[in-house]
Amino acid sequence: MSDDKKASVTGSPHAVPGSNGVTRRDFLNEITMGALGIAGLGSVAVTYQYFSPNVLFEPSTTFRAGNSDLYPVHSVTFLQDQQVYIVRMPEGFYAVSAVCTHLGCITQWKPDADVIACPCHGSKFRPSGVKIAGPAPRPLPHFAISLTADGELLVDKLQIIKPSEVLKV
Amino acid sequence: MATSFQSALQNLRETKVWKSIFRRGPANTNRTRSLAIFGNLFLHWMPVKVREKSLRMRASYYLGSISFILFIVLFVTGIFLMFYYHPAAPNAYRDMKDLQFVVSNGVFLRNLHRLAAHLMVFAVFWHMFHVFYRGGYKPPHEFNWVVGVLLLLVTLFLSYTGYLLPWDQLAFWAVTVGTNIISAMPFIGHKVRFLLLGGNIVGENALLRFYVLHIVILPLFAFVLIGIHFWRVQKDGGLTVKPKDEDGKE
Repeated sequence: MSDDKKASVTGSPHAVPGSNGVTRRDFLNEITMGALGIAGLGSVAVTYQYFSPNVLFEPSTTFRAGNSDLYPVHSVTFLQDQQVYIVRMPEGFYAVSAVCTHLGCITQWKPDADVIACPCHGSKFRPSGVKIAGPAPRPLPHFAISLTADGELLVDKLQIIKPSEVLKV
Repeated sequence: MATSFQSALQNLRETKVWKSIFRRGPANTNRTRSLAIFGNLFLHWMPVKVREKSLRMRASYYLGSISFILFIVLFVTGIFLMFYYHPAAPNAYRDMKDLQFVVSNGVFLRNLHRLAAHLMVFAVFWHMFHVFYRGGYKPPHEFNWVVGVLLLLVTLFLSYTGYLLPWDQLAFWAVTVGTNIISAMPFIGHKVRFLLLGGNIVGENALLRFYVLHIVILPLFAFVLIGIHFWRVQKDGGLTVKPKDEDGKE
């Protein structure tokens, strides 16, 4: 007992070991550091949770785009508030994102050239979203589009669909 | 006149208050001069002696000092601007416009902050290039070079976070583009963007987060790093002085 006490006071590496060769000081040090490590990891985890908002006051990602009759065949219509193009071709409707896949600038529809062009870094797309020029890595995505019971177009910007899926009206 | 001023100063130095603050007697020897520096919180990280050649213009062009002075200007003007600025939409843009057109001397303070920020980025880069081309990153200065690189990053992040605060079109699109660059990071990019913006779009949460980063977190990092940086200049033996500086020839 007196030897143990001496060991913990002086911290000598030659302190009298316990039965398994670990001094009381080493044991307490490891327990403490281990507990602090676990508490540290836990703090990182709860801090991460704290900084990830659970409720976002952002505009709805689903919106009504009006009656389908508003859009003539062979037309590209830019909905500025939603940053979406409603494209109507003979095969049907599709909703193309107006946000450039490069760095998020809003593209512009150029009817004369039949392209969707990004003003920031010069990417160019077909109205179908297919990339034809510029630094953009991917084509413009198509959003899910459907008809409501009262005949309005309904676009869901969280659902990305294949370009082949066209809404026939 | 001079003698009466000196005797008044002498009398002041004899007072109990002066002695309690400065503790040392007159700094009339090298030892007491050194002690005067060591015993002062604001001076203790400065060298008590410098080589004359390290004070020459071309040894540093005082670029580090210029960067620091600009940082202090930004710190003071930034606090002044905070008295009129709300980090919320739509107040932020209106407050910025109020500072320009309504608040007395507001446009002066805002432009002082803005221009000092541009100048600081310029000065910090120039400082870095100057140190690099003089070989100032070589031992024993390697650690301080790395601290300097961190300070460059903090300067750029301060610049970037401050850019959003006017909440105008330029700010909005710069941050849209910048945070999309962040989301290009492999695996964690989108998560980092979400955390930085506090959402999926550049909105009120993003403005508030950038504001807190800009006025609290990054300046705190900057102050600590600047402290280490200055302190290490002295501990590493002062500025890098080349032999050719000795005889005054280039």
